[in-house]
Amino acid sequence: METQTITQEIGETTAATQPVSKELSGSEALLEALIVEGVDTIFGYPGGAIMPIYDALYDYSEKLNHILVRHEQGGIHAGQGYARTSGKVGVVFATSGPGATNLVTGLADAQIDSTPLVCITGQVFAHLLGTDAFQETDVINITTPITKWNYQVTDATEIPEVIAKAFYIARSGRPGPVLIDITKNAQIQKFQFEGYTPCNHIRSYRPKPIVRPQYIQQAAELINNAKKPFIIWGQGVILGSAEKEFKAFVEKSGIPAAWTILGAGAIPTDHPQNVGMLGMHGNYGPNVLTNECDVLIAIGMRFDDRVTGRLDKYAKQAKVIHLDIDPAEIDKNVKSTVPVWGDCKETIPMLTQLVEQRQHTEWLNTFNEYTRKEVEQVIHEELNPSTEEMTMGEVIKHLNELTNGDAVIVTDVGQHQMVACRYAKFNNTRSNVTSGGLGTMGFALPAAIGAKFGAQQRDVVAIIGDGGFQMTLQELGTIMQTGVNVKIVILNNRFLGMVRQWQELFNQRRYSFVDIQSPDFVTVAKGYGIAGKSISDRSELEGSLKEMLAHDGSFLLEVFVTKENNVFPMVPQGCSVAEIRLK
Amino acid sequence: MENKNQANNTSLSPGEGQGEAKQEFNITVYTENQIGLLNRIAIIFTRRKINIDSLNTSPSEIDSIHRFNIVITESEEVVRKLTRQIEKQVEVLKVYYHTNADVVWQELALYKVSTDVIAEKVSVERLLRENGARAVTIRKDYTVFEATGHREETDNLIKILQPYGLIEFVRSARVAIIKDSEGFNSKLREFERLEPGEEVIENEYLNQGQKVFTM
Repeated sequence: METQTITQEIGETTAATQPVSKELSGSEALLEALIVEGVDTIFGYPGGAIMPIYDALYDYSEKLNHILVRHEQGGIHAGQGYARTSGKVGVVFATSGPGATNLVTGLADAQIDSTPLVCITGQVFAHLLGTDAFQETDVINITTPITKWNYQVTDATEIPEVIAKAFYIARSGRPGPVLIDITKNAQIQKFQFEGYTPCNHIRSYRPKPIVRPQYIQQAAELINNAKKPFIIWGQGVILGSAEKEFKAFVEKSGIPAAWTILGAGAIPTDHPQNVGMLGMHGNYGPNVLTNECDVLIAIGMRFDDRVTGRLDKYAKQAKVIHLDIDPAEIDKNVKSTVPVWGDCKETIPMLTQLVEQRQHTEWLNTFNEYTRKEVEQVIHEELNPSTEEMTMGEVIKHLNELTNGDAVIVTDVGQHQMVACRYAKFNNTRSNVTSGGLGTMGFALPAAIGAKFGAQQRDVVAIIGDGGFQMTLQELGTIMQTGVNVKIVILNNRFLGMVRQWQELFNQRRYSFVDIQSPDFVTVAKGYGIAGKSISDRSELEGSLKEMLAHDGSFLLEVFVTKENNVFPMVPQGCSVAEIRLK
Repeated sequence: MENKNQANNTSLSPGEGQGEAKQEFNITVYTENQIGLLNRIAIIFTRRKINIDSLNTSPSEIDSIHRFNIVITESEEVVRKLTRQIEKQVEVLKVYYHTNADVVWQELALYKVSTDVIAEKVSVERLLRENGARAVTIRKDYTVFEATGHREETDNLIKILQPYGLIEFVRSARVAIIKDSEGFNSKLREFERLEPGEEVIENEYLNQGQKVFTM
C-alpha cells in the first residue's frame, strides 16, 4: 500500500514537471491549451468546419463551460463583455464562412476598444482553400485590419505554439482581438502533443515600450510648476490594472481629473477630484476647462474625435503630457510636449513619486462652478423632470440609489448610452461595459450576458434603447438556455433617438427614418421564459426597478420615456470643446 | 560594370525641412517572413488612401528576416505616423523612414529591342552604352537590355529607344540602402536575443546624421 502511494506520487510529480507526450488531435490540443491558459468560459456556435473541435469539446465540457449563443455576433460581444468585467481574455468559437463573417463587427469593436479576445474559427480543409468550397471565406484577409493579429493553421502541430502566441498577443501591451483560423484537417490530424507552454516573448513584438526616466522627470517638472493642471484618463488605466496607482497620483497631485467613456469607474464617481466625463456629451466643466488648463495630463486615452471636438482648437494653450503604452498613439491626434511611453502601472508611480503634494482648491472650485451651472440648466431637470413623461436620466438616478453604484452597467449605443454613462454611479472599476470606439448598436444584450459570466458575483444591468435591443434580441435565447441572471432595462423613446436628435438640431427636424416601431418587448421576453414588465408611469418606476433587481433570474423592464428628449450638454460636430452647448 | 553617379541630392524634392510639404520618402521595414504580412502592411496605406509609389520585398541578409522598401510621397508628419502604425504590427521588427537624400537607391529596367535594328544602326548601340545599358539576352529576333538607375535615367532610355522600335519595357521597384545606418546589420542581429538592448528596441528613426529620433 505504502509503496504504491509513493510511486503514485512520484508518477504524478514527474508528469507535472516533465512535458507530457501524448497523441492528440489538433482539436484536443486546442482545448488542452485553453485549459492551461485559464479559460473557463467559451462563447460559440458550431457549424460544419468547426465540428471536430465541438466533438472534442464534448469530452471537455466539465472543464470548459461553452455558452451556446444565438448568433456569432452575440458570441463575440459576449466574449467582449466577459473580458471587460473579468480582465481575462474572452474566447469565442465560430465556424467558417458566415460564422466567421458574423464575427466581423465584434472584432472591429474589440480592436478599437482594445479588448483582449481569442477567436477560433473553423475553416474548410486545407486542400480546398481557394476553391470557393462550401462555407469557405477568406477570413484572414477579411479580418486583417480589425485584429491585432491573425493566423491560419493548416497543420495540427502548429496549434500549441500558435495558441500560446494568440493569448500572449491578445492580453499583453495594448490588448486586442486575435483570430486563429484552423482548417478542418488540422482539427482532425493526430500528432504527438508535447505539452503546452504559454508564450512570453516574440522577438518582433514589443508590448511595452521602455520607460524613459528623463521624460518622467520632465513631466513631473511641468506638473509641479502648473497652476491649472488637468488630468484626463481613459481605459488604459483599467486595462493596465493601474487604478490604485492612478488614485494615488490623483490624490497626491491634487489635480482635477476627468474621464473618457471607457475610463469610467477607474476611480469612483463620487471621488472629490473626479470632475466628470469628457467628450461630445460629457460634462460642462471638463470640456470648457480643457481649453483653459495649462498642463493637460492624458493617461491611457487616445484623443478620439468625440473627446477632442475640433482638433485645431483643442487645448492649444496647454502643455500636453501623454502617457500611453502604444507609441503609435503619441502625437497621433494631439501633439504632446512630453511623451511618456510605457505601461501606466509603471509610469504612474514613478510620476507620483516626483510630483509635489498639492491641493488645487481654487482650480477645483472652477470645475465645481461649472458643475453648478450644468446642474441648474441640464442635470436637475433631467433627473427630476417636471414633465409628465419620464426621462432616461431619472431611471438611471433611481437605479443608482438601488444598486448603490455597485452594479456592472452595460450599455448599447445612442442617447441612453450617453445618459447612462453621464449619470450612472460607479464605485468600482470594470463596471462600465459599453461600445465606445465603434459605437455598435446591438452590443449591450450579448455583452451583458458575457459580463455576468465574467463577474458572476456582481449584479449586471443592461441599459438598452428600443432600437439597439432589436438588433440582437435573439440572445434572449442564450439567457433562457443558460439561466444567466441579467437585468435588462429598455429605455423606449419610440425613436432612434440620437439620430433623431441630430436631425432635430442640424437637419431642420427632417426625421428621416428614425421613427421605429417595436414589438411588445415583455411578450417577447415571456416567449423566452424571461420575466418582464412595461411601465410608463413615474409612480411605478422605483417599485419596478426594485422588483427587477430582487427578481431571482433575468428580468426585462421596459420604461417608456419622453419621445423627443435631447442629450445635453453637447459639443456639436466641428466645434471646439469650449463651444459646448447646454441647450 | 561601372555604375553611374551615386544618388545625388538633386533627387531631393523641394520642401525638405519645410514641415508639411510632401516629398518622396523611403520606408524600410524589417519583418518576420509570414504569409499575410504584405497585406497587413499594405492596408495601413490604403486605409488612409495613400498611394504606394513603389514596393519591394525581399529576404534581408539575415535568415528569416524580410526587408520591405516602400516609397510614398507624403509629408514627414504623415510618414512618421504611418511608420508607427507599421511598427505596431506584431511581426514587424523595425521601421525607418528616409528622404531620398538619406538613401542610395536604384531601380532596374529591362528593354526589349529588335536585334535587326541594333545590328543595322550603330547609333543605337552607342546610345545604349552611353546610358549604361547592358545586353542580357541576344536572340536572332530581339535583344534585351538592362539598365539601373533613378527613375529619370531609366525613363530617359525609353525615350531614346522609342524611335527604334521598343518592343517591351519593364521596371522594378526601388531598392534603397540607408546612408547613415552604419552597423544596422548588428542591430538587426540583436533582435534575435530575448532582451535586446534599449537602443535597438527603442522607437527610433535613423534620421540624417544617424540621430535617434526623439519627440
